[in-house]
Amino acid sequence: MLDFFAKHPRFGQLLDLSLPLLATLAALGVGAIMLQLLGANPVSAYSALLNGAFGSRNALADTIVRATPLLLVALGICIAFRGGVINIGGEGQLVVGAILGTLVGLWFPEAPGIVIIPVALVAGFVGGAVWGGIPGLLKAYYNVNEILSTIMLNIIAVQGMNYLLRGPMIDPVQLQAASRIPQTARLAQAFDLPRLVPTRLHLGALLAVILAFAVYIFLWRTTTGYRIRAVGLNPDASRYAGINVKRNIVLALLLSGAFAGLAGAVQVYGVHHRMFTDGSLAGFTGSAGFNGIVAALFGKLNPIGAIPASFIFGALIVGANSLQRAMQVPAALITALNGLVVVFVVSSDIFSRRLARNRQLGVEPSSAPPVEPSLSPALSVEGEGPQ
Amino acid sequence: MISDLFTTTVLIGILTSGIRLATPYLFASIGEMFGQRSGIFNLGVEGMMLMGAFAAFYVTLTYGNPWLGLLAAIIVGGVMGLAMAVISVTFQAEQGISGIGVYLFGLGMSDLLFQKLLGSVETVRGFRPMNFPFLAEIPVIGPFLFAITQQSILVYIAYALVPIAWYILYRTTLGLKIRAVGENPAAADALGVSVPRTRYVTVTLGGVLAGVAGASLSISLLNVFQQNLTSGLGFIAVALVYFGGWRPYGVLFGALLFSMVNALQLWIQALNIPIPGDASELLIMMPYVLTIIVLIFSAGRMRKPSALGTPYERGS
Repeated sequence: MLDFFAKHPRFGQLLDLSLPLLATLAALGVGAIMLQLLGANPVSAYSALLNGAFGSRNALADTIVRATPLLLVALGICIAFRGGVINIGGEGQLVVGAILGTLVGLWFPEAPGIVIIPVALVAGFVGGAVWGGIPGLLKAYYNVNEILSTIMLNIIAVQGMNYLLRGPMIDPVQLQAASRIPQTARLAQAFDLPRLVPTRLHLGALLAVILAFAVYIFLWRTTTGYRIRAVGLNPDASRYAGINVKRNIVLALLLSGAFAGLAGAVQVYGVHHRMFTDGSLAGFTGSAGFNGIVAALFGKLNPIGAIPASFIFGALIVGANSLQRAMQVPAALITALNGLVVVFVVSSDIFSRRLARNRQLGVEPSSAPPVEPSLSPALSVEGEGPQ
Repeated sequence: MISDLFTTTVLIGILTSGIRLATPYLFASIGEMFGQRSGIFNLGVEGMMLMGAFAAFYVTLTYGNPWLGLLAAIIVGGVMGLAMAVISVTFQAEQGISGIGVYLFGLGMSDLLFQKLLGSVETVRGFRPMNFPFLAEIPVIGPFLFAITQQSILVYIAYALVPIAWYILYRTTLGLKIRAVGENPAAADALGVSVPRTRYVTVTLGGVLAGVAGASLSISLLNVFQQNLTSGLGFIAVALVYFGGWRPYGVLFGALLFSMVNALQLWIQALNIPIPGDASELLIMMPYVLTIIVLIFSAGRMRKPSALGTPYERGS
C-alpha cells in the first residue's frame, strides 16, 4: 500500500495532510465507545455537541471566542516547536500576560480605551515573553530541560496569581463587602474589546487570525524565522553555519510565551473584563495553555493550519458544556478525548515518516515533492548542551 | 511566632510529614527513572497517577480493603504504562507530547469516572499508620524514633524501593540491559538485547509505580479523591528524576528535599505563623522555585541517558 503512495506523490501528500483528521476521527470513535459505556447514545451525544458549538449564531460566536486564546497559544507553540523547544508553560505565560494586561487597565481607569487597549495587549505580550524567556535562558545557558522549567513556572505563576488576586489586586468592592472573592475590579467599559457582531464575538478573534498570517510570514519569509527553524531542525548544522543557537532558543521560547501572554490579555479585555481565580490554573485559563498545544499539533505546526484546528477545538469545548447540560455527560469526557486526540495524532506521525522515506526510496528524485518535515526531527526531549 | 517553629514537637512533626509526603514522589520518580534510563521520556505520569488514585480509591471504598485498592492501582497503572510503551516504542511518537496526551486523558477520565461513579467527595479507610511502641522505650531518641516511624505501610514500601531499584539497576542483567538501551540502543541491539522489549518492561513498570503513587495519595496519605488530586505532582516527579541524576539515591535525596520544604511550608501555615504580607502563596511556591534552582546547578553536571527521548528503529 505504501508503494501506491510512493508512486503517486499527490495522494501521499493528501494522506499526510489528512492524517491528523483521520487520527482525530479514530479518537472520536473511541469516544463514542466511552459514551456508550456511560449510557449515552453516541449519536445524540455528538449531535448535542455539534449543536452546542454551531447550532445558533450565539453558539458559533461562543465557539470562535473559545477558539481565540487557543489560536494565539497555538501560534506561540508553532514557533517554539519549530524552533526545537517544547513549551508546556502556556498556562503560566497566559496568566502572567493576563496579570500585566489587567494592571494596565487598573492603573489608568480614566484613560481612553483606544490608548489602553493596545497598551494592555502589548503588556500581555511582554509579560508572556518574560515568562517564556526565563525557561529559554535556563535552557540555553544552563541546559535546564525546558519541559520541566516551564511546568514549574506554571505552578509558580498560578500561586503568584492567587496571591495578587487575594491581596494587592483585589477588587476594592470585595474588601468593602468583606466577601474576599479573589478577583480584580471590573475594568472600565471603555476597555472592552469592540464587538464584531452583536454577540460575544470580540475583536481579539480577528486579531488572532491576522497574527496567524503574520507568524507564518515570520517563520517562512524572514531571516529570524528561518534561523529559528534551522536551529529546530538541526542545531549542530546551524551552529556550524554560524547561527547563534543559544540566542534562537531563547527567542523561540520568548516569542512562544509572548503569544500565550497575549492570549491572556485578550481573555481579560475581550471576555472576562477582570481577572479572577478559583485557586487552580485552569480556573482562569480554561486550560487554553494545554489545549493550544493540541491545536498547534493538529494544525501540523503551521500557523495557518492552527486556525481551523483551534476552531475545531473551540467547538469541542463549547460543545462539551452543551453535552453536559443536555445529556449529563461530564465535560471531563472532552478533556479525556482531547488527550486521546493528541496521542492518536502524534502516533500517526509514524505513517507520515514511513511514507516520506518510501517516497524518497521509490521515486525519482526529480519527481518527488520536497518532504515536509514531520514532528520528530524538529523536536528532541533534550536541548543541545553548551558545546 | 516564628520561634514556635523551633520546638521539638514541631520539628519532629515536620520531619514525619516530610518523610510521609515523599512517598508518592518516590514511587513515581523511581518508576520514571527506569523508563528514562532505558531512553523513554514519559510525561504522562500525572495521568497515570490520577487513574491509579481513582482506581485505588474506588475499589477500597467498594470492597473495604485497601490492598485490593492497591491491586487495582497496579493493574490500571500497568495498563496505562503498557499503552505508553506502545505509543513511544512501537509508534515512536514524539514522547513529550504524547505524554501530555496521556496526562489529559488520565485527568479527564479520572474526573469523569469520579463524577459518574462517586459524585461527591468522601473519605475512605485506607492504609493506616503503623505503630512501633517498643521504639519509645529506647533511651533518649526513643520518642523521636517512635514519632517518625508512624507511617503507613506504603511509605515503608516506597523507601524500600530505593535500594531495590539500585540493586536492579546496577547488579542485575536486566539493569545492565536497561542502561545499555538508554545509552546506545544501536550497540545494545547489535549485541542481541531487544530494545523494544526492554523499553516495554521499563515503561510498563513505570506505569505500575505511577499507579501506586496515585494510590499512596488516595488511600494512604490523603484518604480522599477529588478532581485533579495530584495537581502537578506527577510532573514534579519527572523533574526529580533529573534532580537525582537518574540514580535511585539521587532521586531519594531530591524527593526528601522537596518534601521537607513542602512539609515546612504546610506546618508554617498550620501553625498560623504570620508571614510578611500574608503571602502564603509565596511559601507554596518555595518547593518549585527550589526545584528550578537545583536544576540549574545540577543540569550541567548530570549525565542524562544519551538516547533519552529518541525513538529507536533498527537501521536508523
